[in-house]
Amino acid sequence: MISNPGTSMPAETSLLVASLIDAGTAAIRTNADALGDLDRAIGDGDHGVNMLRGFAAIAEAREAICALPLSSALEEMGKLLVMNVGGASGPLYGSLLLAMGRAGAGGNASLAKMLEEGIAAVKKRGRSDRGEKTMLDVLIPVQLAFAQACAEGAAVRDAIERVKRAAREGLESTRPMLATKGRASYLKERSIGHLDPGACSSSLLVHAACDAFLESTKP
Amino acid sequence: MTDRVSIVIVSHSPDVARGAAAMVRQMVGREVRVAHCGGNPEGGLGTNVAAIKHCIEQVYGPKGVAVLVDLGGAETNSEMAIEMLPKEWQANIVVCSAPVVEGAVMAATEAAGGSSLAKVRATAEEMFR
Repeated sequence: MISNPGTSMPAETSLLVASLIDAGTAAIRTNADALGDLDRAIGDGDHGVNMLRGFAAIAEAREAICALPLSSALEEMGKLLVMNVGGASGPLYGSLLLAMGRAGAGGNASLAKMLEEGIAAVKKRGRSDRGEKTMLDVLIPVQLAFAQACAEGAAVRDAIERVKRAAREGLESTRPMLATKGRASYLKERSIGHLDPGACSSSLLVHAACDAFLESTKP
Repeated sequence: MTDRVSIVIVSHSPDVARGAAAMVRQMVGREVRVAHCGGNPEGGLGTNVAAIKHCIEQVYGPKGVAVLVDLGGAETNSEMAIEMLPKEWQANIVVCSAPVVEGAVMAATEAAGGSSLAKVRATAEEMFR
């Protein structure tokens, strides 16, 4: 049982990786149509099928990925998203996982540090930041909530609840925003009043990762 | 041909990529190496990192490669593809901020005259300012 989520990952992470893959794939499968609908409203409508294609590739490689240490598993998942998604979300989610994996290589970095590095990579790749109606409006508050929970030495369950709340609130915060990045920015003020599809998939995946983390740390 | 900057065309649509490449060839014939790709890994509208990387590898030469892209995902995926190529190539490949069809034709015409990569890029991007 992990008492403090800020400390390094356990040496044996295959169960965690398996849970992450299963929960992430299930979240995308269940919500692919909804993601497509959100994207049709303010984009090109392919976010659901694109994410589905990416996660299908990850699910197909599940066994091989689970044999890897966590950092390499994250990198491998990132590569599969880059190569299979077929839209901008591929390199964006890919960069997140690749940078998290690289930061975690060697096993000394905390999960909070890995997340910080991953989000820095998304910012760089998308030349974007918080407040532009993108996945960063979920990921940045999630990272801040997690870092604070770690700094306070919060218990795992408490930290996870705070992270999930930050994801939900971050997603909802995109509704009144004016999009200035990606296809939605072509709609200008007509992008206002819609949730951002990338923020939505981020929130879904953060929730899935939280559940997977709890699942794999059950005694 | 290897003493000319090469052109890579990346569109979300395989038809647009093919058509833009045909327009470039009409203008510069075989003087400039041109590769094109369009569509996601399943062939639908979108872009494909592996296909972009393959296109660049096909036409890469010492004078470099100018990549013309249509929309956001094509740009992001092209940047990703470039990062997966050898380090010594990367400084010699640029993604031009220009309309894909017009930019490709203008870049290729500039390249056919033997211009540097910087000049080819500037010519393609000039029209969009």
